[in-house]
Amino acid sequence: MTDDSKFHHGDPTAHIHPVVEMKNIEKHFGNIIALAGVSFDVKPGECHCLLGDNGAGKSTFIKTMSGVHKPTKGEIFFEGKPMNFNTPRDAMEAGIATVFQDLAMIPLMSVTRNFFMGREPTKGKGLGKRFDTKFANEVCVEEMRKMGINLRGPDQAVGTLSGGERQTVAIARAVYFGAKILILDEPTSALGVRQTSNVLATIDKVRRQGIGVVFISHNVRHALAVGDRFTVLNRGKTLGTAVRGEITPEQLQDLMAGGQELASLEGSLGGTV
Amino acid sequence: MSETTPEAVDERLKSEPFFAKMMKRPELGAIAGVILVIIFFALTADSAMFSLSGVINFMTPAAQLGILAIGAALLMIGGEFDLSIGSMVAFAGLFFGVCVVTWGLPLIISIPLTFVFAACVGAVNGNIVIRSGLPSFIVTLAFLFILRGLSLVGLKMATGGSTQLRGVRDTIEGDWLAPFFSGDAFPGLFLWLADNGFVATFKSGAPKVPGIPVEILWFIAIALAATYILLRTPAGNWIFASGGDTTAASNSGVPVNRVKISLFMLTACCAALVAIITVMDAGSTDARRGFQKEFEAIIAAVIGGCLLTGGYGSAIGAFFGSIIFGMVVIGLTYTDFDQDWFQVFLGGMLLIAVLFNNAIRKRVTGER
Ligand SMILES: Nc1ncnc2c1ncn2[C@@H]1O[C@H](COP(=O)(O)OP(=O)(O)OP(=O)(O)O)[C@@H](O)[C@H]1O
Ligand SMILES: [Mg+2]
Repeated sequence: MTDDSKFHHGDPTAHIHPVVEMKNIEKHFGNIIALAGVSFDVKPGECHCLLGDNGAGKSTFIKTMSGVHKPTKGEIFFEGKPMNFNTPRDAMEAGIATVFQDLAMIPLMSVTRNFFMGREPTKGKGLGKRFDTKFANEVCVEEMRKMGINLRGPDQAVGTLSGGERQTVAIARAVYFGAKILILDEPTSALGVRQTSNVLATIDKVRRQGIGVVFISHNVRHALAVGDRFTVLNRGKTLGTAVRGEITPEQLQDLMAGGQELASLEGSLGGTV
Repeated sequence: MSETTPEAVDERLKSEPFFAKMMKRPELGAIAGVILVIIFFALTADSAMFSLSGVINFMTPAAQLGILAIGAALLMIGGEFDLSIGSMVAFAGLFFGVCVVTWGLPLIISIPLTFVFAACVGAVNGNIVIRSGLPSFIVTLAFLFILRGLSLVGLKMATGGSTQLRGVRDTIEGDWLAPFFSGDAFPGLFLWLADNGFVATFKSGAPKVPGIPVEILWFIAIALAATYILLRTPAGNWIFASGGDTTAASNSGVPVNRVKISLFMLTACCAALVAIITVMDAGSTDARRGFQKEFEAIIAAVIGGCLLTGGYGSAIGAFFGSIIFGMVVIGLTYTDFDQDWFQVFLGGMLLIAVLFNNAIRKRVTGER
């Protein structure tokens, strides 16, 4: 099982304390119950995959972790202490960086301005304190290059980037700012082969630096390539958590489909999705 | 692949001629507009329009409008409108007048107090918009009437029935702060220029232009400060982000609500500044002060390249938009045209500006 991957896998043993622990999280939107009691934790240096069907509640769940939504019920512990993030900014300041499914980018603004939005580097003091554009441009180009994308220019508007380029900006930004937890909500959905493998390699790299990664994906192979633990959500509830090596790709795929049979396809697809 | 250094220019990037780069700046339309208007009046108007006194003549109303327009532009870039700024001018004028005349406070207290008062009204506006989630258009439309009405009622209470509060000039006479908010700056310089024959003089030898009206200096200073904030500070980035997409900005850690409420307070303070300057100039305050200025300010901001949808625009654009405005209002008196062409001109400008901005935005975003 382990030999299908070129990545080193952490060994998250029970004695390491989780960075973030979420207990019985419920989230209601009016009469819609999006989450009905989900428990989840991330340890430093592990990649915890969050899997599940469309509409299972994955995005809603990670949004409660990153301060966007306040849980209707349930508790969040950050480094052992009860935590109440009021805004995404609070979560960021605690070291949680997120790539949202909708990317949270502003099309009319340049790549650099998007990259540093909310956390602009400054130079100078007092009234002369200003946005250090030169430094910001350099970091932005360099971080994008690491992800395998050579920007035409850092002052290009994000609206003119391709879908995958845009997604890469969001990932590079989160990796740059994710000090303790990196949350990736379907980060590879629009990426090319090379960029996808770059993202998976980056997940592996930041994990080795001791950062906890939450990775949402619909692709079993991507999940298996980097995941240490796999939690499957279905209709707002956890179906269970599996540890790497204790589950076969086929079992995982069935779980991800919410335990339902996949439509059988004739011939050409040969059983794999 | 890995040999590509970050400095290397991308081969997929055509070198952009200066003109094409300029085409992407939001203030381009306004600058082009200024040039067109100058050409128009150079051909049709009396040459006195572009003499020093002519320029001061149209720059004074441009400045009074421009201070409002720059505030309105920042707020529009931040994604909100304020239709109450015109009424705010009257309301702040009333407050200032009462401070000075009725309570007899010195300017060093009255002026900061007026700004604090205006900022509070702006904060009320902003908080209602943010907390209710209603469009700022509707909320501030309500305040357009509320503040205008309160100004009328308040004036009658303060004066015992009149809608004009007089006596400001006598009360502030000799106050050391007065020269910063009223009259003309650098009178000494202009006297010297006149003595040496650099500027036109009356028969008596006094210069025709006694100095630069202070509102023009305020106008320029505010335009520069706003441009610096927008382009060179984190706050500027937050303003663009908040207007561009509230959710995305907030999810990226921008304190959107704080940004928007501050902008509402700032616009109200711009209105207060105009109120203070014009009340001190006129020596009195009345309920019609600032009438319809909200529309003129928004028009100047739009001519300056602000998108009605937010997230795009410039303070320098609003600066030029206001100058266009002043030139058209005053310029027509130098021509043989009927003054009332002004409104036609204005509407036409607005329409062209909106069409133009729309095209520019599509270029910038490569809209699909
Ligand atoms: N703001 C909201 N208001 C009402 N309902 C919501 C809201 N956000 C999410 N939901 C509902 O909660 C459920 C879970 O949505 P969520 O976006 O978390 O799914 P997901 O697992 O991320 O799906 P996908 O794989 O398609 O991204 C959906 O049924 C959705 O309609
Ligand atoms: Mg989702």
